[in-house]
Amino acid sequence: MKQLMLGNEAIARGAWEAGVRVSSAYPGTPSTEINENIANYKEIYSEWAPNEKVAVEVALGAAVSGARSMACMKHVGLNVAADPFFTATYTGINAGMVVVVADDPGMHSSQNEQDTRLLGRASHAPVLDPSSSQECKDFMKRAFEISEEYDTPVILRLTTRIAHARTLVELEDRVLPELREYKKDIKKYVSMPANMIGRHKVVEARENRLAEDANNMPELNRIEWADRKVGVVTSGAAYNYVKEAMPEASVLKLGLAYPMPRKLIEEFAAGVETLYVIEDMEPFYEDTIKAWGIPCSGKDKTGVQGELFMHKIEEKFLGAEPAAPMNTQDIPNRPPVLCPGCPHRGLYYVLGKLKLTVCSDIGCYTLGALPPLSGVDTCVCMGASIGMAHGFEKARGAEQAKRTVAVLGDSTFCHSGMTGLLNMAYNRSVGTVIIADNSITGMTGHQNNPANGKDIHGDPTTALDIVKLCEAMGVASVRIVDPFDLKETEKVLKEEVARDGLSVVISRRPCALIIKQTNKPVVNDPDACVGCGMCMKVGCPAIIKTETGIRIDPTQCVGCGMCAQLCHFGALKAAE
Amino acid sequence: MFNIVIVGVGGQGTLLASKILGVLAMNNGYDVRVSEVHGMSQRGGSVVTYVRISNDKPLYSSIVEQGQADVVLAFENLEAVRALPYMKEGGTMVINTQEILPMPVITGAAKYPDNCLERARAACKTVEINAVEIAHECGTYKAANVVLMGVLAKSLPFSEEEWKKAITACVKPKFLDVNLMAFERGFKY
Repeated sequence: MKQLMLGNEAIARGAWEAGVRVSSAYPGTPSTEINENIANYKEIYSEWAPNEKVAVEVALGAAVSGARSMACMKHVGLNVAADPFFTATYTGINAGMVVVVADDPGMHSSQNEQDTRLLGRASHAPVLDPSSSQECKDFMKRAFEISEEYDTPVILRLTTRIAHARTLVELEDRVLPELREYKKDIKKYVSMPANMIGRHKVVEARENRLAEDANNMPELNRIEWADRKVGVVTSGAAYNYVKEAMPEASVLKLGLAYPMPRKLIEEFAAGVETLYVIEDMEPFYEDTIKAWGIPCSGKDKTGVQGELFMHKIEEKFLGAEPAAPMNTQDIPNRPPVLCPGCPHRGLYYVLGKLKLTVCSDIGCYTLGALPPLSGVDTCVCMGASIGMAHGFEKARGAEQAKRTVAVLGDSTFCHSGMTGLLNMAYNRSVGTVIIADNSITGMTGHQNNPANGKDIHGDPTTALDIVKLCEAMGVASVRIVDPFDLKETEKVLKEEVARDGLSVVISRRPCALIIKQTNKPVVNDPDACVGCGMCMKVGCPAIIKTETGIRIDPTQCVGCGMCAQLCHFGALKAAE
Repeated sequence: MFNIVIVGVGGQGTLLASKILGVLAMNNGYDVRVSEVHGMSQRGGSVVTYVRISNDKPLYSSIVEQGQADVVLAFENLEAVRALPYMKEGGTMVINTQEILPMPVITGAAKYPDNCLERARAACKTVEINAVEIAHECGTYKAANVVLMGVLAKSLPFSEEEWKKAITACVKPKFLDVNLMAFERGFKY
């Protein structure tokens, strides 16, 4: 039976068919739907981990113990998980282990354009690179076989256009391998230097064996001979664009991105007059092929930024006219915004009013950087807000610290904020950390997390007590405010940033999309409105400036009433 | 082969529209490629979804590029203008004539153009419909996306029965009647 499946759904299906027993992940676009779909298969134990490092360690433990296992994350998640992963390739696994990593060329929802194939090579892990949902499923199953045959964790790398494309998939049944026997093996699983010196030799031999075998894996690496004038080495989403832009060309499609099949590539190169390498992101194949002394080109024409697309290939390789400029430069942009009723809006309004330097973090609240709130100074990676605020203080002294705050969400705090806060407590920081606790992991589409008391299935579980945790670390003052109470939030923040010691303010109100709203629009009295523009400072998409004053858009307003607190003239009132 | 681009504002229901189209084409033996937008861009930003269906040429890419769209479904006037470069010559743009103001307009930093529909008409064939109002008459303004499916049905080679089958497969049973009514209103428009 065929089904139309998202790439991420097909990954989950492949895992189920391959007999996976354990899956651990931290949500991150474009990978989130993988574990969400895994959670629908009752035969698989699935969980949200606090971060990707933990997820990989869970998967490794499950694999070493004898069960097929997986972890999923976005590309930058593998940086967090790199520590266990780079040694897991030395220890090897027992039952198969696959780490699914989703790259984001074009940065649709990411902070960089990191190429996971490079981390595969750096860690000596095989990397698979599918081009369709069918391949997502097939490669997932093949990845487990490779993992077990070569005793290594395997990376299955996706890109946004594969993870978030729906294409047809042929479904098959689940085949559940027996649990493998777990045998204590100190020389293999204990990463002391003396043991790992031996293991590194194993890694090198295994990698060489797989590189040789990759020449004869047509289900992954295949030559599609056509006209011999031009040959293209490609993979992943780029393969799809090449097939449409250059239907005449011969193509070598690499399903196994690393290690690369040298003999197959040499055979292909020898069979064509001109060799192009067309790949998303870094010149990963191209650099290696050139290093083997085979003339080829690609990145000199496309560069490494952004996505490829069919027309870009036609233009750069076939001399097609550049696409006409999008004739819409003169119309307003539509950037994403904090939702109507969003609790972060109140917090950022107060931070702006107090003119504080804000080291922010990764989450919905990063949108507080956009006008009119413009309330963010820095945002780098999960948890960086706390470390950077501490760095500001240590470089410029306590007075700077009293003008600086760190802002991060509840899920981000659990992910990598806790150790930063411990560092502040330990190293006598004078600073204020604001945990914007909206009881959910918001930006990725509302996943539960360790602080909200619900597991991946929505069932009740232990909830982290953030107040107690901060107190236990030695934070001098921990206070909770409702960010919709603007006066109280302002008062508390003023007091806490002035404090000669470390403080945490928990700005606590659930995400506007997970609670029932009144949906009774705020009432606007145009006669009372003096046009002062105070209500416009919060950047709510439901408040619209008109020539005579303002208007509330009833299709947008959820009735939170925060704007009414800002109106000194009684022109805005929460609905009765 | 048909290339369809669906544009709108995050939260307008463009994903249900692409799902119905995908299922419809699959049920009728077509190959299908759908490309969706998730994550950051969903928070009230511009969203674009591509649907490609074919029963002759093989499909590889899931993206519709400039000048390739047979039909653009625009859920909002400004997004309709933004999507004009996708139009193939002779293509049709179905526009839900709704205005949702983007933040730069709300803050006064930019002006919402007052000639969106004129610009669309000058560039291609348009079908303009107040799908929100029609959906509201059917029972919920949320069915505006399915009203637009009804309009689109006239440009694609599938029977009314097949459309209804696909809608039935994609919407919750609770909302089926409203959506079938919304489809018919669009189909007869």
